[in-house]
Amino acid sequence: MIYQDSKILLEVRGLCANVSGTEILKGLDLTVRSGEIHAIMGPNGSGKSTFSKILAGHSAYEVTGGTVMFEGQNLLDLAPEERARAGVFLAFQYPIEIPGVGNSQFLRLTYNTVQTHRGKEELDPLEFDDYVREKMKLLEMSPDFLERSVNEGFSGGEKKRNEILQMAMLDPRLAILDETDSGLDIDALRIVASGVNQLANKDNAIVLVTHYQRLLNYIVPDYVHVMEAGRIIKTGGKELALELESRGYDWVGAENKAAARATA
Amino acid sequence: MSASGTMNAGYLETLLAGQPHLPASPLAWLNALRAEAVDRVGVLTVPTQRDEEWRFTDISQLTKMSFHPVRTTISLQVADIERFYIEEATTRLVFVDGVYAPQLSSGITDNGVAVVNLEAGFAAHAAAIEPYLGRLTEFSDNVFAALNTAFLHDAALIVVPRDTSVAVPVHLLFIATQKDVVSYPRCLLLAGSGSAVTVVEDYVSLQEDAYFTNAVTEIALVDNARVNHIRVQREGAKAFHIANCAVTVARASNYQSVSVAFGARISRYNLNVQLAEEAECAVDGLALIAGRQLADTHTCIDHAMPNAVSRQMHKCIVGGSAHAVFNGKIKVRQGAQRTDSRQSSRNLLLTGKAHVDTKPQLEIFADDVKCTHGATIGQLDNEEVFYLQSRGLSETAARNMLTYAFGAEIIERMPISSLKLQLEQTVLEQTTVQP
Repeated sequence: MIYQDSKILLEVRGLCANVSGTEILKGLDLTVRSGEIHAIMGPNGSGKSTFSKILAGHSAYEVTGGTVMFEGQNLLDLAPEERARAGVFLAFQYPIEIPGVGNSQFLRLTYNTVQTHRGKEELDPLEFDDYVREKMKLLEMSPDFLERSVNEGFSGGEKKRNEILQMAMLDPRLAILDETDSGLDIDALRIVASGVNQLANKDNAIVLVTHYQRLLNYIVPDYVHVMEAGRIIKTGGKELALELESRGYDWVGAENKAAARATA
Repeated sequence: MSASGTMNAGYLETLLAGQPHLPASPLAWLNALRAEAVDRVGVLTVPTQRDEEWRFTDISQLTKMSFHPVRTTISLQVADIERFYIEEATTRLVFVDGVYAPQLSSGITDNGVAVVNLEAGFAAHAAAIEPYLGRLTEFSDNVFAALNTAFLHDAALIVVPRDTSVAVPVHLLFIATQKDVVSYPRCLLLAGSGSAVTVVEDYVSLQEDAYFTNAVTEIALVDNARVNHIRVQREGAKAFHIANCAVTVARASNYQSVSVAFGARISRYNLNVQLAEEAECAVDGLALIAGRQLADTHTCIDHAMPNAVSRQMHKCIVGGSAHAVFNGKIKVRQGAQRTDSRQSSRNLLLTGKAHVDTKPQLEIFADDVKCTHGATIGQLDNEEVFYLQSRGLSETAARNMLTYAFGAEIIERMPISSLKLQLEQTVLEQTTVQP
């Protein structure tokens, strides 16, 4: 929701980045204030996923220009774990399976690590168990998930729910959801979206990275951005997503080129 | 004769030197078996890297050492060995330097079930033992199995009669206490038709000097039997450990084996499993080594008959300048149609000097079969490390967790919780790098 005078959480200016020598981001600008939900849409290869991984600190991407400020600090100076502790969360498009590590053990370790760095109390196994079970209700997850290995043998929908569960536990200021709707059937989509909606509040912000409009029926964005060739080329309200759904992406690119010619 | 031949001959003679002092068995066939084994030792030589089966494993260090059979047995107290106990396994046979220790053991002789030292089982089970003892493990071309058989005296005997389940796991604890000693642990497990049993074969040490364990285990599953075989090799750091295990899995039986190799300077485990019709086996292993250790696992799963299923996952975590070897042969004989076999060898190298040789080997002589195998060697996956970092863990903590998980996946397959916890703790301690 857009709040009057809410403070800026994330400010990206002129961000450029390479992966293995190929330029993927070419001057991306984005401002996210607390309380807001943003959707970044765009065709495959436009740089959406790259952008979300760069925000989380993936080492495969080399930032070649621009700045990323998060709550007044230079995010690019921080290691991935420092970003997580500072309140940046990335829900992965393809969450990793870790056979041999129990989900409950994993969730408790990450929760306590982040809590400690935020100067808060750790939870012992019993307290944690109560806490995590409460959060699992939000996502209609069976407690069986705690006994299994992290994501091992989980269906696509179960993995995504486990991602949002981690978001619920780590309580980020900025959550980036990378293609969270991919691979979800309609029921799982409804559950995941309802979980995200309950987690959204006036102090945090959510960036949804998605190819399709479908997710935005359930999580209604305040802003919709269209990415093409490593830049945000159009920003609008939630109705822009519907227009993209019916007209595709090509017209946005054409309009953008025409505008560029007009100014040139 | 070549120089190495002379050395070998002398070496084997030294090893055999204590053999004439063995008391004769009341069973003529057992005395004949030992004599046959002594003869084979006379003919065979110690393998070198020129032998295909020993190509990756240099045991010349073993032959440079001089080991003698145990002369005096050390008397241990419960307090000395309690830390090796497995909570759930109240049935326990203890062997100290290969010698049965009755005062430390609590076997079973009840309703046809026997968990006893070999000679205590002769009266009731000699006829059942004879076809298997020294017969499942082919020693005619295996000098270590032949040596063990030449010294065959004390041995763990487990007999489970038909349709009987042994409720608690059986712990076979082999403890090394003396340096320069060679011991010959021996196990025989006979699982009757429709029976079920869980056995832990466990090798530990109370001292850190060099010694040599040369073990042989034979396991026979009659129709519809189910055996869980857990093997824990946690020998001393300077030990040499060579073991041969042969398993025959009769019709519709199920053999589940998890073996871990943590200890010994040089270790070699040969496991041969033969599957009859509709038999199933899962053969999983983990070698976790560092420093200058060498751990070699050679397995052969022999699909001798149709409709059998085999699953194998072998993992190695190699640190320091250690060297792991895995040779996994899957044999599908002519006529073994509808064989279903899956094998995977996964290896994690923690340092630039760590080394692994892995060799999956499929020999398929039937045409209607489903056989898959795969091998990976490498470092931790960067995407996995990043995932954990993105959840707030430091890179070191992330790497530690993934390394631990890599090993724990195998240990998780053991059906005994306290042992699982104990071994997972070992993996955690050995793989944890301090930041």
